[in-house]
Amino acid sequence: MSTTDKISFAQAINQALDEAMGADPKVMIMGEDIADAQGGGVFKATKGLSTKYGTGRVRTTPIAEQAIMGAAVGAAIAGYRPVAEIMFMNFLTVCMDQLVNHAAKLRFMSGGKTWVPLTVRCTTGAGVGFGGQHSDMLEAWFAHVPGMKVVSASNPAEAKGLLLSAIEDDDPTLFIEDIMMYSQQGEAPEPGFKVPLGKARVRREGSDVSVITYGRPVRLMDEMAEKMAGEGINVEVIDLRTIAPFDEETVLNSVAKTGRAVIVHEAIKSFGTGAEISSRIHEELFSDLKAPVQRIGSKYAPVPFSPPLEQAFLYSEDEVTTAIKRMMG
Amino acid sequence: MAQQLDQANDIDGATLIEIFRRSMRVYKTDERFRQMLMSGKLRLVYYPVRGQEVLSASMMSALNIDDYLVTTYRGVHDQVAKGIPLKDLWAEFTGKVTGTCKGKGGPMHITDPDTGVMVTTGIVGAGLPIANGLALASQESGDGRVTVVCFGDGATNIGAFHEALNLASLWKLPVIFLCQNNRYGEHTAYAASTSAKQIVDRAPGYSMEAVRVDGNNPIEMYNAAKTAVDRARAGEGPTLIEAMTYRMLGHTFGADFSYVPKELQEEAKANDPIPAFRTLLLDRGVGEDEIAAIEAAIDAELDAAVEHALSSEYPGLEELRIDVLKEEIRA
Repeated sequence: MSTTDKISFAQAINQALDEAMGADPKVMIMGEDIADAQGGGVFKATKGLSTKYGTGRVRTTPIAEQAIMGAAVGAAIAGYRPVAEIMFMNFLTVCMDQLVNHAAKLRFMSGGKTWVPLTVRCTTGAGVGFGGQHSDMLEAWFAHVPGMKVVSASNPAEAKGLLLSAIEDDDPTLFIEDIMMYSQQGEAPEPGFKVPLGKARVRREGSDVSVITYGRPVRLMDEMAEKMAGEGINVEVIDLRTIAPFDEETVLNSVAKTGRAVIVHEAIKSFGTGAEISSRIHEELFSDLKAPVQRIGSKYAPVPFSPPLEQAFLYSEDEVTTAIKRMMG
Repeated sequence: MAQQLDQANDIDGATLIEIFRRSMRVYKTDERFRQMLMSGKLRLVYYPVRGQEVLSASMMSALNIDDYLVTTYRGVHDQVAKGIPLKDLWAEFTGKVTGTCKGKGGPMHITDPDTGVMVTTGIVGAGLPIANGLALASQESGDGRVTVVCFGDGATNIGAFHEALNLASLWKLPVIFLCQNNRYGEHTAYAASTSAKQIVDRAPGYSMEAVRVDGNNPIEMYNAAKTAVDRARAGEGPTLIEAMTYRMLGHTFGADFSYVPKELQEEAKANDPIPAFRTLLLDRGVGEDEIAAIEAAIDAELDAAVEHALSSEYPGLEELRIDVLKEEIRA
């Protein structure tokens, strides 16, 4: 990677879609407001694509999520690789039937006669004042559905690499973007850079405690680990990148080494993905653990609007460092 | 019914015989399932299609084998009429590894791409948005295929129906929405659940071509189907067909059916489309021996299919880990 070239998260998404469409005529994208006549997407992630590839392959849809998801599922089983944009993650609740009962299950229910090479992009995240219906992190719901993959990137380069892999994958993949990160700048990857699904990345090696996270909290955890190093605590930071199926090998190897684990995610803590990861660690490494696995997530409440409430709702760096210090005794 | 059949004379004899052959293939398959359920030789939740045979046979006779079909849990008439080999269908209904889906889908989830049967859904209304996607693939690739999606009158009250009709009309997709109006959604009569006087009345709201026909009349039904197929293939967009029919048995095999007025049942029996079709053929000079030969061939296929299904193996337990994702799940 060149250190001088920077791209934003939104540009990374755009580049991935552009490269995928350029490489494979079966890639088509559909969603609300995505064509250039409508501005190229509300976050500009699809800007220029309809002009370049035509409004047949880049289709602005009605505000009708069941119709969008159904069309994507149908096109997928007929040999296309659709990328469906469901503008906000909460809107997935409107088309759960198509995703859960159809996209995820058709390969199994058909005995492998059909399959659904579908990518669903959506954005979400608390912190911008959208309140209760545009901010939820619902990844655990989809991770609980056999047949679906769930992905979340923490930086522009890996967002591009993960999205390309998701589009090439022959199973339905939910690609979660973070509304706070679209303008975030990062190193631009070389053309063709891909990140394999199902592989976590150890961002920083450490010997005292493993922090397992994904998405927006990753950068915060990088910074936190740097500060903790100053206090003599060596934190290993793992970015899962793929939430389902998650990279058990990397997680378990890390915790076997450190003997301590904290799982951090923006989704509320109760019944979240952290519970699953924590259980797997306890099941496999109970006798190696120096302290019980800790989970840090957002509070058990709908995402509030009022700024102080919204901040109080969110997980915090302080909660993570407090947990680590308690574990270190 | 018989009068209407007499008046119609505008499809050729070979097509009419083909529709009859498909109708009887459905009729005998449905009858055999119910016989075996009754005698205890089979155990499954079965959704009878008695009374809706001619409708499906007429529609599917207007399609090519590689045209796409999406149907519902009450779909065995559509699947058989489309042409699924009976042995594959029977093996799937009995949960055997030789079935269309290795026994992993079952009666509510029949898929057989070789005969264009792409999705069978157990969710009311869910097939319509998916049919749009299949049709979208054909529109983009120019493969000339047409997609037909079958659903009942009850499905027109769910949101997916309306979203799908709007999108299909907006994008002029080569798709046919075949509403099989059998007058009951589960146990609830049409008038108790549906505000529109007739289903075709919903099409103008989406600027969509629509036609209401007697689905039990093979000539009327075939002509409506052919017109819609020709329109779709020519790139002129979707059609909603409201095909009037009647579900002569309960929602599921053995289910309570007492909510249907006796007079309605009597009227339906008098208008049974299968004997009427036989009369039509005889009136048009088709010989008893030719009809008997058609039925004998179906009986032979059916006997072989049942034997094949019953003697086939169940899937191995490793199938739990296969087809969940492309790569096998670790044991």
